[in-house]
Amino acid sequence: MSSVSIRNLDLSFGAVDVLKNLNLEIAEGEFLVLLGSSGCGKSTLLNCIAGLIDVSGGQIHISGRNVTWEEPSDRGIGMVFQSYALYPQMTVEGNLSFGLKNQRMPKDQIAQRVARAAEILQIEPLLKRKPGALSGGQRQRVAIGRALVREADVFLFDEPLSNLDAKLRTDLRVELKALHKQLKNTMIYVTHDQVEAMTLADRIAIMRDGKIQQLDTPSVIYGKPRNKYVADFIGSPSMNFFEGDLSAEAGSCVFEGPDFTLPLTSYEFETPQIGRRKAWLGLRPEHIVTGEAAAAADLSADTIVDIVEPMGSDTLVWVNFGGKPIRVRTDGQSDLEPGDTLRIGLQSARASIFDHQSEDRL
Amino acid sequence: MTTTSQDDARAARRPIRLFRNPMAKIASIPMILTALVVFVGGTAWTVVYSFTDSRLLPRLNFVGLDQYERLWSTRRWLISIENLAIYGICSLILTLLIGFTLAAMLDRKIRGEAVFRSIFLYPFALSFVVTGLAWQWILNPDFGLQEVVRRMGWEGFTFDPLNNPDIVMFGLLIAGLWQGTGLIMCIMLAGLRGIDEDIWKAAKVDGIGTVKTYVRIIIPMMRPVFITALVLIASGIIKLYDLVVAQTNGGPGIASEVPAKYVINYMFRAQNLGQGFAASTMMLVSVIIILVPWAYLEFGGKKRD
Amino acid sequence: MTDQSVIEPSGSKPSKRFSRGNIILYGTLIVVSMYYLLPLYVMIVTSLKGMPEIRLGNVFAPPIEITFEPWVRAWAEACTGINCDGLSRGFWNSVNILIPSVVLSIAIASVNGYALAHWKFKGSETFFTILIIGAFIPYQTMLYPIVILLREIGLMGDLAGLVLVHTVFGMPILTLLFRNYFTSIPEELFKAARVDGAGFWGIYFRIMLPMALPIFVVAIILQVTGIWNDFLFGVIYTKPETYPMTVQLNNIVNSVQGVKEYNVNMAATLLTGLVPLIIYFISGKLFVRGIAAGAVKG
Ligand SMILES: Nc1ncnc2c1ncn2[C@@H]1O[C@H](COP(=O)(O)OP(=O)(O)OP(=O)(O)O)[C@@H](O)[C@H]1O
Ligand SMILES: [Mg+2]
Repeated sequence: MSSVSIRNLDLSFGAVDVLKNLNLEIAEGEFLVLLGSSGCGKSTLLNCIAGLIDVSGGQIHISGRNVTWEEPSDRGIGMVFQSYALYPQMTVEGNLSFGLKNQRMPKDQIAQRVARAAEILQIEPLLKRKPGALSGGQRQRVAIGRALVREADVFLFDEPLSNLDAKLRTDLRVELKALHKQLKNTMIYVTHDQVEAMTLADRIAIMRDGKIQQLDTPSVIYGKPRNKYVADFIGSPSMNFFEGDLSAEAGSCVFEGPDFTLPLTSYEFETPQIGRRKAWLGLRPEHIVTGEAAAAADLSADTIVDIVEPMGSDTLVWVNFGGKPIRVRTDGQSDLEPGDTLRIGLQSARASIFDHQSEDRL
Repeated sequence: MTTTSQDDARAARRPIRLFRNPMAKIASIPMILTALVVFVGGTAWTVVYSFTDSRLLPRLNFVGLDQYERLWSTRRWLISIENLAIYGICSLILTLLIGFTLAAMLDRKIRGEAVFRSIFLYPFALSFVVTGLAWQWILNPDFGLQEVVRRMGWEGFTFDPLNNPDIVMFGLLIAGLWQGTGLIMCIMLAGLRGIDEDIWKAAKVDGIGTVKTYVRIIIPMMRPVFITALVLIASGIIKLYDLVVAQTNGGPGIASEVPAKYVINYMFRAQNLGQGFAASTMMLVSVIIILVPWAYLEFGGKKRD
Repeated sequence: MTDQSVIEPSGSKPSKRFSRGNIILYGTLIVVSMYYLLPLYVMIVTSLKGMPEIRLGNVFAPPIEITFEPWVRAWAEACTGINCDGLSRGFWNSVNILIPSVVLSIAIASVNGYALAHWKFKGSETFFTILIIGAFIPYQTMLYPIVILLREIGLMGDLAGLVLVHTVFGMPILTLLFRNYFTSIPEELFKAARVDGAGFWGIYFRIMLPMALPIFVVAIILQVTGIWNDFLFGVIYTKPETYPMTVQLNNIVNSVQGVKEYNVNMAATLLTGLVPLIIYFISGKLFVRGIAAGAVKG
């Protein structure tokens, strides 16, 4: 049974349609990440699920119940916000128990739940403090605790880590993953940080302009992006694109770029291709091989190095190929210099081909 | 199972909009009543009855523009309008000038700024009645300023605005400025403090003098503050009533009558409601004439940006 | 523009040098200060003199013989018409008007502001816009309809009626004040409380009120001075027995009967101004904040 089911959801603010006929099924215990650029409607979708915005059309079901018009507190959800949103005048304990008091839960039961959440999140020493006296990381833990004590079926996170510094972000990310393993709740998590999305998610939903572009596991999203937008959005540094022609004849298929031809010997097409059409070829910088491996690739070429950007663990090399500079990722110990010649190899197995017009994967 | 499906059906149906979050609407009833009944309804009522011949009691016997014709041929009203114009123009210019100058002086990083500011602002805490009575006493010809100056040697010195119909409005102006300039100074000071320090440094580097910097750079930058101040002063001027009642009571004769006083006299003393309504409608019209262009510039312009 | 900017001098320390420019600057400020202080000074010295001394000397001279009798007479014996029980009656009337008016107007306006900031509904912005425009309508156009409304509900001439009038006319500016303040409280906090199951009143009392104390103080200052200083509504909506202090003061001082007792008049004037002056001097920065907030209405 799916835990959260969104059917034909529409939402508009006045004349602006923010969500358009959106469908989404989330399985029980799943960790779903909503990923997309700023303003694409991620928070709006999350707020609709929480019942904080009235939808314009469609239905929302949580745990098999239609909750489209139910109060947020009756939906069996817990929510964590980017700005923590802790009640400043209440202690940490007060913050955790506020929701339970509103449910008129007996005192001893409240104390029990608060104690348990505090233990899980290791915030017991902070219980008597006010939010103003906490660090960012501690505040976000309390905010998670506030969702935790509700023992909700579904947790909603709206960019919970984006106000924290890089180090803390990584730590809390790992903790969140462990938390999910331990609690096994359904979690819906909004972010625009790809690393968070890739590491946390069971499945990622890529959103653009209020529509879901692709909903898949991280590895499929990364390896087989459904369209050019997703391909471009996922991966850092981002994918290299070449404009060209795809020509398919019985048994043999090639991509004819500006000044190269890549035989697509091991590319898996979504649908069999016949004839000739304009298309995009996408290659991730880390999938372009160099050195000895290049010789074994489907196509290899000598290129001139333009810029070298060492990034520690690896090195990003800009070379001229196909009439423009492209990015190639090589290992961290590279001693290349601008002007050097670098032999690169393109492999059709890891490439992506998109239709020129619709930009959908072929 | 049945309850679940009933619940389901209830939650699935789109609730009637009017009854969603009913508490917010119930709590807004006083505001809605005030806006609709008192502000819109009351104003419309007065405008409608200004076309009737109501005297002691309001009645719906329409007489067209009779009340307005009578109004504009009443000497008392014409004097009121003239007085308000004189007072208004002087008060507008002087309040802005004094308010800005004081604010600029306080902004020169002086010592005791807080003390000076308290001194300039305290009259604003006092009512117009207190203000009017205090200045009535200071301007008293037998014991006040005039007498003191005479005793100091200037035997011929005359300054008796409260008994001289020609200058009585300036007697009121002195009191009005005393009471109101502090507020404008405060707003101007806030405006000046909102201006980036670097502007001053840049002006200094460019060799622009202090006064010139104020006139050429700072004042244009403070346009919104000036507009706020202007609207504030203007709406205060139209309401001018308490000060006149306390300081001169319209006298000598009817030399310091103002429109607000005219309205109240006709409505509540002379039992000529129709005249009062017509006069108050004229006040409304003048506010609209002042405010509509301003609102258009302020808000109409923003939408186009 | 932050409110602090009104209060704290910006930038570097005041310069210590006594240059010519500085002397002119301070000289001007001191002269201007004297103009502002003069009426207060004159009122005080006049109220401490006896009538014979007033007739002899000039208004600016300090009293030769200090007497508090004018104050006592102003408070307890000054006459309005046939009543000779002093300003004390007006004072207590004003107190009786002030307290319920301040409480009611702030209670209603704060809830309005909260609803407008966080519980928008269809039409709420329209009502608010009408309310704000209403603040610019001259009171004179609404005076008589209100007389009729008050008569209909039987409160004409009653203190309760005046309380309602103050609540109505205080609503635009106070609602604006509270709306702006509550809008500045992060929306996520409000959302978190809704997820936690708090409703309209729960969020207002448990979350918003504790965070809004400073703005309540500002609103109280604004209303206490505004209502205490009111004259127009007092004159129109009350009867002589329930006249507020300002109206009674005006009647005492400007009464044409009897010999003018300037010292008693000035004592009475000072007494009337005392409440707002005390508020002004003890609230200091908050008063400035209040009027800066009031200025927003322009
Ligand atoms: N209350 C509102 N009224 C009108 N438009 C709104 C409102 N809230 C959001 N929008 C618009 O809806 C769109 C989606 O907003 P949303 O907050 O869901 O974006 P997001 O994907 O969460 O972006 P971010 O990553 O920046 O948080 C935006 O274009 C925004 O301008
Ligand atoms: Mg967002």
